[in-house]
Amino acid sequence: MFSRRQLLALTAPSLLLPGIAASQRGDAPVPPTYPQVRPGARLSFPADHGSHPEFRTEWWYVTGWLRAPDGADLGFQVTFFRSRPQVDQRNPSAFAPKQIIFAHAALSDPGAGRLLHDQRIARAGFGLAEARSGDADLVLDDWSLRRDPEGLFRTHAGAQEFALDLVLAPTQPILLQGQSGYSRKGPAPEQASYYYSLPHLKVSGAVTRAGRRVDVTGEAWLDREWSSTLLDARAVGWDWVGLNLDDGGALTAFQVRDESGQAVWTGGSLRDAAGRFTEFGPRDVRFTTRRLWRSPRTNAAYPVERVVEVRLPGGMRAFSIRPLFDDQELDSRASGGPVYWEGAVRTDGGRGYLELTGYAGALTL
Amino acid sequence: MPPDRALSPTLLRWMMLGEWRARPSRVVLAIMAIAIGVALGLAVHIVNRSALDEFARAVRTVSGESDLQIHAVSPAGFPEGLYPQVARAQGVAMASPVVELAARTDTGGQFTLLGVDVLRAAAVTPSLIGRRPGADTFDSSEAVFQADALFLSQDAFQALGRPVGARVTVTAAGRSAELQIAGTLPAAASGQALGVVDIATAQWLFGQIGQLQRLDVRLQEGADRARVENELGRLLPRAAELVTAETEARRSDNLSRAYRVNLEMLAMVALLTGGFLVYSAQSLSVARRRPQFALLRVLGLKPRGMLRQVLIEGAVLGVTGAGLGILLGVGLAALALNLFGGDLGGGYFAADRPRLVFTPVAAVVIASLGLIVALAGSLLPALEASRAQAAVALKAGAGDAGDPRRAPMPWISVALLGAGALAAFGPPVGGLPLLGYLSIALMLAGGVGAMPWLARVLIRPLRRLRNPAPPVALAVARLWGAPRQAAIALCGIVASTSLMVAMAVMVTSFRGSVDEWLVQILPSDVYMRIEDATGGGIPPEVQARIAALPQLEAVDFRQEAPLRLAPDRPAVRLIARELDPATIKEVLPLVARADIPVGAVAAWVSEPMADIYRLKAGQRLTLPIGSGGTTQVWVAGIWRDYSNQFGAVALDSDDYTRITGDRLRSQAAMDLASGVRPRAVAEAIRELLPPAVARQTDFAEPRNLRAVALQIFDRSFAVTYALEAIAIVVGLTGVAATFSAQTLARRKEFGMLRHVGVLRRQIVLMLATEGALLGLVGAVAGLALGVAMSQVLIHVVNPQSFHWTMETRLPWGLFTILTLALAVTSAGAAVLAGRGAVSSAAVQAVREDW
Repeated sequence: MFSRRQLLALTAPSLLLPGIAASQRGDAPVPPTYPQVRPGARLSFPADHGSHPEFRTEWWYVTGWLRAPDGADLGFQVTFFRSRPQVDQRNPSAFAPKQIIFAHAALSDPGAGRLLHDQRIARAGFGLAEARSGDADLVLDDWSLRRDPEGLFRTHAGAQEFALDLVLAPTQPILLQGQSGYSRKGPAPEQASYYYSLPHLKVSGAVTRAGRRVDVTGEAWLDREWSSTLLDARAVGWDWVGLNLDDGGALTAFQVRDESGQAVWTGGSLRDAAGRFTEFGPRDVRFTTRRLWRSPRTNAAYPVERVVEVRLPGGMRAFSIRPLFDDQELDSRASGGPVYWEGAVRTDGGRGYLELTGYAGALTL
Repeated sequence: MPPDRALSPTLLRWMMLGEWRARPSRVVLAIMAIAIGVALGLAVHIVNRSALDEFARAVRTVSGESDLQIHAVSPAGFPEGLYPQVARAQGVAMASPVVELAARTDTGGQFTLLGVDVLRAAAVTPSLIGRRPGADTFDSSEAVFQADALFLSQDAFQALGRPVGARVTVTAAGRSAELQIAGTLPAAASGQALGVVDIATAQWLFGQIGQLQRLDVRLQEGADRARVENELGRLLPRAAELVTAETEARRSDNLSRAYRVNLEMLAMVALLTGGFLVYSAQSLSVARRRPQFALLRVLGLKPRGMLRQVLIEGAVLGVTGAGLGILLGVGLAALALNLFGGDLGGGYFAADRPRLVFTPVAAVVIASLGLIVALAGSLLPALEASRAQAAVALKAGAGDAGDPRRAPMPWISVALLGAGALAAFGPPVGGLPLLGYLSIALMLAGGVGAMPWLARVLIRPLRRLRNPAPPVALAVARLWGAPRQAAIALCGIVASTSLMVAMAVMVTSFRGSVDEWLVQILPSDVYMRIEDATGGGIPPEVQARIAALPQLEAVDFRQEAPLRLAPDRPAVRLIARELDPATIKEVLPLVARADIPVGAVAAWVSEPMADIYRLKAGQRLTLPIGSGGTTQVWVAGIWRDYSNQFGAVALDSDDYTRITGDRLRSQAAMDLASGVRPRAVAEAIRELLPPAVARQTDFAEPRNLRAVALQIFDRSFAVTYALEAIAIVVGLTGVAATFSAQTLARRKEFGMLRHVGVLRRQIVLMLATEGALLGLVGAVAGLALGVAMSQVLIHVVNPQSFHWTMETRLPWGLFTILTLALAVTSAGAAVLAGRGAVSSAAVQAVREDW
């Protein structure tokens, strides 16, 4: 339904509050107050695996590669989002849309030649849609993502064409992005998020397709971010890549683009096999395009083959990225959602996921 | 011509056309009679089908295409905790919670306000998703949560007449809030006044926190529906119940079925009358052609050939009439749908003008009925023609074929009447009074069959007259000697008169009973009612302030709420009012009463409710109210009620408050201090009420309430009156035609009379006397039969269809007018026809025979 970066659309000033003002003549509506993301805060676990309902947006973003018994490679994505819309906080109704939970699942199967995907959305409440605090525990109707006491993440996402039942086991320590989890997303200091990742998650479980359940294994990546103000006003789109390198290293790189395609901000990190961490600043990441793929549905041109250059202490290093297959465009316009490209990619010595948003028309802000 | 051959087609055509050319009016009348019967039957059927289709469409829209629905039993709703339970139930794909309230706009427009969660409704009831102008898909931005956005269905939008973006004050459940028209509901069907807001807004602004009125449910693909319904049924509290599109449709069907069957039966009555007219037309034409038939017999035609001839004539009449009737019926249906709406004024369908639904199968069935009736009407004359003795018939005039000295025997008719009386005591079949209708049909057949006998019985005293005037003596002798001829003329008249009398007696009794009941049930000076007081009403402190008004002598605050006792039956009305067993007789029109145990809660059950739920006074009854979910009450009495067709149960105000904890009241009956004008009281009370409640409050005086009630009554019977009028006109026309035909056939007789010295004036007087006597006999028979049949309508058909009873009232004025009209019409028709017959030269007329 929404890509993670699209979620930022919801941070735009909205028309909601004047409406409420008029409906309750005389007394003013009470808008939500969103805490700001500040440097220097200490993330603590498992509490920070759980929800931060005060913040405006938050996500649990799992992407990864799977291998079926027949050796075929599959890409998958299971993502849960939490949003806190700008509605009158006085409404005592249990249905008041003070928190919205939505989730998205996709399966990239080269055999199908396209992305299979489905989504869920509901206002939080009644135990049907919840993002609990204290530890990762998300439920949205029959979909769920939970962290059990042993530290394993379990997720179920069933869709019309496929179902995912996966267990994700961390193999490495938590990777705090930016400065100990404070990750800037734009020129202004408040344009930032709390951001940590769990790369190299060992995946086991099953994928059901057309009623046939097959056991799978693989490697995944969990991205966790929460924030109240994220994007610069100039931003129209976003490129993000996360690569699990075969040697145990983990590369994160992103850029926020303006209308002309220039980077408004870039960032990311590399944690190498020895655990050494390098943070990338605004001038440390460069995305270049090798090949465009044009979508037959939307006519949008996506740079699906790229080279990502990052500045390391030892100098620039280039990662050339190629998609598992071209058509990993996610078109959810039929259900009112956005269009973007989210797909499994390879690099020499690693595999991961690439996200490209804002190519089929700018993000509606 | 070989003796065993039937008539050649040419001869057949010649005989038929010759006869028809000679008497075109009679043929046209017979055809029209069948046509009208078929047309009425088809029109009523088409209108009913169209209305039902429209209703089914409306039901689908309101439920928004969900697979099934859970509905609150009363407008107060059920606790919202049911929502997650249902959403998680096995086989449920998604549940969409809904707040459903009756709402008014500041301009007084009414609509159903639905509070929905768009995120759920999008997947369960897409027709309830609003669209902003310019947006072509479901809006996924945060604007979907705009708290005061109101989306209106086309009907509600047009009724309000304000543009998108305008603000409107909406009042529901006793609270007002200003909302902004954000767009429309493009997928809502026409005829639906709906408004959709966010569910949290609806709960908050209209005082429904924690409560829902509805859950729309979408089932998982391939889920076993029965099992899911079973599972959900176990989850539901007493305040909620399961409703599927089918049960809702069945509910609407049950509700109007009895009314529809009544109308279809009336149409069939018209067709039956047509059959009698065919019978009389064919009888006369056979009688007239007796010499021709006799000649054919002498020439070698077999009786069977003659039977065939007459039946073929009947078939031609039937087919022509039925064909015309289909065309006429479709036209009539279109007209009726435009004039009266889909329920023919019955008030059962709220939706406006339905589309006409033509049903070829029904058209064929009803046309076949018309043909069968025409054939049946021809059968007796055909048999008679085939049995006639050729030699006698060759010379015979237009008298009875039988021996006039032998009295006709009424045994078969008595048997039919007896069977009819027995059938009246039968139970309803499938909720319909089919045996009651059978009883009426048997009585009609028996009554008509007994006419020759009855004509003689009624004429007998006249034969004892000393020295009657010659015309009278001649008329009496003629009727005495040819009672079957008289009966033929009478059968149409008796059929239509008796049916009309039956309906008239029933409607008069009903109207009189309703009127009396209204007086009894509305004893106070002024009534106050808060419209659509869903979950609202007047709180006790305001009640006290109203009661303290000096303008009021006494006030009884009342509360009403629908109460669904069975999932597939419409809700009964729960009424809370002051009910003191000592004075109950003065406030409720009791038809039964019983003692109940000391300390038990007395419930006063309406007659329809007692009938539908098979309750007797003194019985125990469980009502789905109270803190424990249910409460035991005792039926202390049963009262007559015409306003709540699906039943009502009244509790004493104090009992109601104790059981439900509901201290709010939405109605009041008030007695004014002397000299106080009702309007002054209304103004004083409005000032004491909160503005939102005052806006929804109406005041009425019993006078106006009675006028409105009787107006509704008359409107719902307008079609009945129209059908009746048609039946009587057909009957009277039949009488006139029959008389003219019979008179013309008696030319020879008149010639003879002229020869023996009877004056032309005397012959005309004789005919007038004959006509008047026949008319009177017909009227007496029709009245007697009609009153008997009205008792079946009153004591069998009505209680079985509508669950209410009434007291018989006879419309004497109508009886008198009807009798006079029949005598005058018959006499007039006889005289008119006679003048022509008598004017021809007497000698010439006699010579025809020699």
